[in-house]
Amino acid sequence: MTGFALILFAALFFDGLIVRTKSVCSGRKGPGVFQPLKDVARLMRKGAVYSPTTGWVFKAAPIVQAASVVMACAVIPLGEYGALLSFRGDFVFFAYVLALGKFFGIVGALDTGSSFEGMGAAREALYSMLAEPAFFMVVGSLSLLTGFVSFADILPAIHLSGAMSCAIAVVAAGVLLVLELIENSRLPVDDPKTHLELTMVHEAMILDNSGFDLGLILAAGYLKFAMYAALIANLFVGSVPDAWDVPAFLAVQAGSAVSIGVVESFMARARMNHNPQFVFALTSVALLLVFGVLLAVGNFR
Amino acid sequence: MNVEDLILHCGPVFGNVRLSADALSLWFIAVICIVFACGAIYGRDYMKRYSGRGAAVKLHWAHYAVCFLSMVALCLVRNTLAFLVAWEIMALSSFFLIVFESWKKEVIEAGTNFFVQSHVSAALLTVGFIAIAQKTGSYDFAAIAAYDGSVWPLVLILSGFAVKAGFVPFHTWLPHAHPVAPAHVSGVMSGVIIKIGIYGILRVIALTTANLLVAGYAILAVAAVSGLYGVMLAIMQHNLKKLLAYHSIENIGIIGMGIGLGCVGAALGKADLAALGFAGALLHTLNHALFKSSLFFAAGNVYQAAHTLDVERLGGLAKKLPWTAAFFLVSSVAICGLPPMNGFVSELAIYLGLFGWLDGAGAAGAVGASFAIMALVLIGGLAVLCFTKAFGIVFLGTPRTALPEMREFGWSRKLPLCVEAAIMLSVGLFPQFYASAAASVVASFPGVSGSAGALPDWMSNVGAATLATVGVIAALAGLRQLAGRGKSVREGETWGCGYTAGTAKIQYTATSYTRTYADLCSGLLGNAVRCDPIEKCYPGRAAYESENYDAFERHFISAPLEAYRRFMDRFSFLQNGRLQYYILYGIVCIVLAILLTLVLA
Repeated sequence: MTGFALILFAALFFDGLIVRTKSVCSGRKGPGVFQPLKDVARLMRKGAVYSPTTGWVFKAAPIVQAASVVMACAVIPLGEYGALLSFRGDFVFFAYVLALGKFFGIVGALDTGSSFEGMGAAREALYSMLAEPAFFMVVGSLSLLTGFVSFADILPAIHLSGAMSCAIAVVAAGVLLVLELIENSRLPVDDPKTHLELTMVHEAMILDNSGFDLGLILAAGYLKFAMYAALIANLFVGSVPDAWDVPAFLAVQAGSAVSIGVVESFMARARMNHNPQFVFALTSVALLLVFGVLLAVGNFR
Repeated sequence: MNVEDLILHCGPVFGNVRLSADALSLWFIAVICIVFACGAIYGRDYMKRYSGRGAAVKLHWAHYAVCFLSMVALCLVRNTLAFLVAWEIMALSSFFLIVFESWKKEVIEAGTNFFVQSHVSAALLTVGFIAIAQKTGSYDFAAIAAYDGSVWPLVLILSGFAVKAGFVPFHTWLPHAHPVAPAHVSGVMSGVIIKIGIYGILRVIALTTANLLVAGYAILAVAAVSGLYGVMLAIMQHNLKKLLAYHSIENIGIIGMGIGLGCVGAALGKADLAALGFAGALLHTLNHALFKSSLFFAAGNVYQAAHTLDVERLGGLAKKLPWTAAFFLVSSVAICGLPPMNGFVSELAIYLGLFGWLDGAGAAGAVGASFAIMALVLIGGLAVLCFTKAFGIVFLGTPRTALPEMREFGWSRKLPLCVEAAIMLSVGLFPQFYASAAASVVASFPGVSGSAGALPDWMSNVGAATLATVGVIAALAGLRQLAGRGKSVREGETWGCGYTAGTAKIQYTATSYTRTYADLCSGLLGNAVRCDPIEKCYPGRAAYESENYDAFERHFISAPLEAYRRFMDRFSFLQNGRLQYYILYGIVCIVLAILLTLVLA
């Protein structure tokens, strides 16, 4: 419960912190930390406009998307505080329930009959398909390292002692951070601030959403940020004294938000046709991690 | 489960034919019964379109019944000769089921392909069974358990079953046969007839006492390739039923990965691995039978409403066929293995087994497990790409061509789909009940020894998660209902970047949806392009046509056959149609026979 509540709490300021970082880096005054939240609240109070082309699939899509992120958060523990839901193989549930959300996001976009949204949907489907193996390889290597097969057992069991485990944790954190960027459609794969539909990925898919639905999609996006950062935080929380769990968690959340902001301030987006290579290269890094762990645990004979 | 064996005395050739019903038989018989019953109800309405051909329809249903009975018999008989007879009855009756529309050329072609390949399968089985009987002197299944000679008869038998199941490289009959058969036959065929191959493989594994390690690795490799190849080609298909047929190959691959994992677990002495692998395979057999037959039934609705299965010509059907669309969506979510539907449960079991194998494995095991996990993950991701395309292009947006007037079909078609959707959802939400049934089947497998008992407990936790998912979705839907009260809801055109005169042609097509993917995989997939480019200042007619084909089939099946045919053509002068020549051949043969006997004597 504590872990889940803390992810919700971190989601409140995550995107705001990214926006602040970007404003500071570019020397603008910029909006406040809570501006994204205010936007969501404003959208949720509004009415909605639906295209006559759309049907019930389009209306169901934002709800399933948001529900999938909530359910994915439910299996993430925080150090010694267990997760809301935990069973052997829950990380598979984590990945697959997120895929459920993506599935509905994609069919929701296709329901509008717009070529832009079809384009965004095709890109999103491809990138998330290519990114999936990296996640499983990271979790596989952590599972191998600790000998457990559920988040609630694996993550608290990671203790950073010695160079090898530190290296593994840092590489895993790096892969997860890049995954966070890809899954949340941020630079260098996608630029949320682009104003040209042809270069959009995620933004193109939600062009026709409005009102409560759009608010829900944005809120789910913030929650997804905090969720991945919570996974990263869990790599390190096991090594600090119990009393420091919560501060460490929040520090990692803030750190990843700031680093995403810095990345976005100083990096251009990749060319669209380089994205698949970039995304799939992550899998090879993750595979490297698996074999690194095999070496570390010493049963690679 | 203790049912006494029934011994039938069947004369001097067959000897005593033993009939026995153990948990494995009953599991498959249950799956067969569900799908055949739903197919019969669905097919009754589907065949009304052919009411002008009363006799043919009656014969069709007779074959349907015979096919059903032969499948049940296959699950019960414990005598290899009787098994082969039932196998042949099944192959012939399903051939007649497929070629119902026998006045169409492509139907006869696909039917012949099926006919030949199912007899390749039968030939492999016959040779394998007879080789074992030669060694042990008995045609009873117990002989397989007692057999301890060379491994080749077992390999032949497994290959024979693999042809029926549609593993790569024996998959080439599937994508031809499924699209031409009537929808309920495709559903039944993909749902259960190919599963008889899985039953055979599982039966042999349950009987044999040989070391399963090599077999496990081999099955795992073949299955992973089947799964990946099936889904990679499925994405490229524009015929809806052909797309589904390639997905059968993918799902057979997933089932095979479960079986391979089970064998490896049994050979390594890891009982929980074996239990997870075999249970995952069994559950996925049930799951695939349900969602694939639903998908074929829904595709049948699309075909009879729109008179085409070409996805590029369809679109916007969700408005006209809302129930069909809903069933297709539910089954698509299930086939992608997404929670809260049933496909997730079986894939989770296989995943957990693979991750368990990774832990404490040696070098070979770690490489095997990590590549198997990668394969399963990619299969899942590609399936999402494929079914978002299939559902999105066919049912969503607006029609891409002028489609005929259509109405949603009546209850006799919705009922079987409702029943299957309900079972699918119940497997997803309450997997513990199905897992305990699967656990009792798995308990009789080699190397499992009691560790299957933990499955239902674990599955009840999984069920809690899927139930919670449904709960959260319902809660959010309620929240939107509350928030939407008193707010204005307007209609406005889809955003067209300021352009308001968009037509249906502007929509993304199936080809454009998969274009980047097709470019990425172009090295692995066959793609034939015919292009008359635009040239000179006053260009003539330009054309561009691309067609993708099954590279494996073309290079490894069709090309050798074509070479063989060309070779045989050299002797075609012998068959010149003149009677006097044929009499001459006869005389020459007789003279040669006499001479040869004299010389040899």
